[in-house]
Amino acid sequence: MTARQTLMVASAVLALAAPVQAFEPESSDTIKVMIGDWTSMRVHAEILNVILSTYGYDVEQVIADDSARYPGFEAGDLHIAMETWQTTQNALFNASVATGDVLDMGELGPRAREDWWYPIYMKDLCPGLPNWEALRDCAALFSAPDTAPNGRYLSGPASWGGWDAERVAALGLPFTVVNSGTDAGLFAELDSAYQRQAPIMLWIYEPHWAPSVYEGEFVEFPAYEDACYEDPAWGVNPDALYDCGKPQGWIKKMAWAGGEAIWPCAYDIVRNFTMEGQEVGTLVYQVDVEGRTVEDVAMEWATANEAKWRGWATCAEG
Amino acid sequence: MTNVLAIFDQTRGGSRRLWSLLALVVLLGTAPFWPDALIDVPQSIQPPLAQTVGGAVEWFARDATIAGLAVKDLTRAFAGLIEVPINGLMVLLTDGLETGAGFNKVQLAPPLAWLGLIGLAGFLAWRLSGRGLALLVALAGAYVVTFGHWPSAMTTLANVLLCGICALILGLALGVWSAGSARAEAALRGLMNVMQTVPIFSYLIPTLLLFGYGPAAALAATVIYALPPMVHATVLALQSVPAEVRELAALTGCTRRQRLWKVDLPVALPKLAIGVNQVVMMSLNMVIIASMIGAGGLGFDVLTALRSLDIGKGLEAGLAIVALAVVLDRLTQAAARANAGGPGALGRGDPWWMLAILVVPTLLSFVLPALSQWPKDWVLTTAPMWDALVDWINVTYFVPLDAFRTFALLQVMYPFRDALLAAPWALVIALAALSGAVLGGLRLAATVVGLLGFVAIAGYWDAAMVSTYLVTLSVALALLVGLPLGFVLARRPGAVEPARLLLDTLQTLPTLVYLLPAIMLFRNGDVSAVIAITSYALAPAIRYGMEGLRQVPADRMEAAAMVGCTPWQAFRAVELPAAMPVLILGVNQTIMMALSMLVIAALVGTSELGQQVFTALSQGKTGDGIVAGLAVAALALTADALLVAWTRARAAAMGTAPQ
Repeated sequence: MTARQTLMVASAVLALAAPVQAFEPESSDTIKVMIGDWTSMRVHAEILNVILSTYGYDVEQVIADDSARYPGFEAGDLHIAMETWQTTQNALFNASVATGDVLDMGELGPRAREDWWYPIYMKDLCPGLPNWEALRDCAALFSAPDTAPNGRYLSGPASWGGWDAERVAALGLPFTVVNSGTDAGLFAELDSAYQRQAPIMLWIYEPHWAPSVYEGEFVEFPAYEDACYEDPAWGVNPDALYDCGKPQGWIKKMAWAGGEAIWPCAYDIVRNFTMEGQEVGTLVYQVDVEGRTVEDVAMEWATANEAKWRGWATCAEG
Repeated sequence: MTNVLAIFDQTRGGSRRLWSLLALVVLLGTAPFWPDALIDVPQSIQPPLAQTVGGAVEWFARDATIAGLAVKDLTRAFAGLIEVPINGLMVLLTDGLETGAGFNKVQLAPPLAWLGLIGLAGFLAWRLSGRGLALLVALAGAYVVTFGHWPSAMTTLANVLLCGICALILGLALGVWSAGSARAEAALRGLMNVMQTVPIFSYLIPTLLLFGYGPAAALAATVIYALPPMVHATVLALQSVPAEVRELAALTGCTRRQRLWKVDLPVALPKLAIGVNQVVMMSLNMVIIASMIGAGGLGFDVLTALRSLDIGKGLEAGLAIVALAVVLDRLTQAAARANAGGPGALGRGDPWWMLAILVVPTLLSFVLPALSQWPKDWVLTTAPMWDALVDWINVTYFVPLDAFRTFALLQVMYPFRDALLAAPWALVIALAALSGAVLGGLRLAATVVGLLGFVAIAGYWDAAMVSTYLVTLSVALALLVGLPLGFVLARRPGAVEPARLLLDTLQTLPTLVYLLPAIMLFRNGDVSAVIAITSYALAPAIRYGMEGLRQVPADRMEAAAMVGCTPWQAFRAVELPAAMPVLILGVNQTIMMALSMLVIAALVGTSELGQQVFTALSQGKTGDGIVAGLAVAALALTADALLVAWTRARAAAMGTAPQ
């Protein structure tokens, strides 16, 4: 509530500072912007909220699950999402766009990276890192009693996929793959190990706050190419797929197709909306590590970058 | 198999035991020589159930029509209708009255002031129960306000209230309908049992397809989960209306409708209130999952806090859920007692007092905004302390805890799991059917074969065995800890009230809150899963342990003391047998609770049925989610059927009437 008032006051200030508003929104219907439970998504949605509200649109933020969002977008219950990660949502997103009810609104800017990751102190014990071949000799360092003598690799939730068991087999790595149940569970184990400077090898993704809090590196596997996942002959193991790292991928904005006719200018603004990877990292850090509210951080960004986002809204600035 | 059972069912009494022993020996003796098809479920008997079910659901939600109207449009219209009261409640409780759109939005009136609402709840508590409850309500309210959770708590309250009302109406209608006919009651009971045991994740996607994203879908999913106790309570309540009362109604010439509204329902009111109480508590269990599909509120606060690994903040938001649950639970229970003619009822002038208590602070909040929104700078938090505590335990005790984890995994858990996985599927079903035949006869045996056979042909046999292993261990642990704790608590009358608070906390504090510290100390995997399931199953074990002993008649204990029993002898020879029916019911409830929380285990990275449901949801596979969810229900129904039969057999053997 307080946050909403801050927003109201601040956006009113922004509006007053600007030249007299000539722009009238095409429709007074509420634009429903999806927010997920991860921080960058909430910050981006809030920034968009500030921008669209300033131009007079009625915006509502609706909470939805990352993977369960698609029926909502296809039916027009949700209108805009600022983040869709190729690394986890690729198949669902493409299927949804193929229905014709959902629009691909272009890339947000930052590239998502995800792969095997270790805290930097492990490099002292296994100097060959980050090269993946070093893992063959260092596996015992990463072992836990229930995986010994193999190393223990903590993969993401089973639903993320990622072909880690296949990767371990294809590259001949003496590791056992253990799935975490949730995203939070992944970082809980990292936090626990990092406090004790204990060995750990796990699945980390960027952009995320973790790499700015815990110092560490990604393992450098043979770089991903489509052929690696499709053609066994490709790569170091001539008989197996997945003998490479994970694909790095886009983060895209998506929208309900029916909204194009209702709020064309708002859709334009969403298409032009882009962020730098570094910038996203800073915003997320301010919320998750410094403990500031999403609303404050978003408003501060909007105040400091007013010229930039007004440039996205040529249709409204006239 | 069938032949053996057919012969078996024709024989009675002493020869029944002989036959079952013989069958057991034959089964175990020949098992090593069985063909592969009886050891691993062959592909050829697994029809593509998931595709069929998924296709049917998609068709129903997208293309099906009833009398020319698309089902989708009907359900959407219903969702729109439901959102009217939700929005109304939101205006009253969280948003206040607003006008305009976007940044032109202006608040005309603040929402009801927290001081007014807490005052109202406190006044009700004082009238219905007394000073103690009023103090509890005030403390809970003060916690929620000063820790800055008031707006979220009111969003959650709005959802819970509406869910309660919907479940009340539906439950009453279904209950009244089925109380009239034995056949309807049996059919409904089966359906309710399935609804209660199918994990909510498995019908989340169909719900979203039908009701759209937002509070209506969350409400629908929660009502499906919370409805069964209301139906059961209604049936029980109507059946318990004394025959004399009904005769009186008939004598005075009531019509059927008059009898229902003027006689049956008022007489049954206290029991109905208990049903409402259960609905409210169960919908509070669902707040986390409901917040994933658009309900917001406290559940979303817990999710976001834990997503950034802020354990302290997650705990505080979780405790706000507990505070809300305790207040709602105590108030509804007090209302049930007051209706039953217990102490306390509202006086004539009270409604005016209540209105004044609610309105005056709200009017004051126009001048004093702190009354509608607690200022950010005044918010208290203990989060850093909890975070530091978890960190300290992690750094100091990780090594011994990890040694314990390793021992548990390698010496106890994995051997048990591997044995279950290695056992031929046909042997497991045959043994379960045999115990069904011994306990309840051929009919029960056939039910068990049908339910477990479904699990096998659905293609989830191995996952179901891993589930069985996790649940068995968790239930054993919960009973070992919970029953003795309940016995100890039963002997200390002063401990009952604190114990009830502890039990409510166990049942309503979202699992995720203590799952993360568990993962930090015990890593992702089966040990954390057992801890999570056990913590849920612990509450019924303690509760029934406590109730069982408290119900032992005092004169029996006096008699035991007079014949010179030592306390231990009295416990073994007098108390335990007298408490046995309640304790067996407790075992049943513990198992059902563990099974209904199975899907939680998926959150720490297991490979069982809950994980199948969870993964199907994440990947948008509607059919797989539903079929895996039905497999969970099949396991739960099997356990329930066998346990009920066992309870009856025990009760018959001890000469007590079956429950």
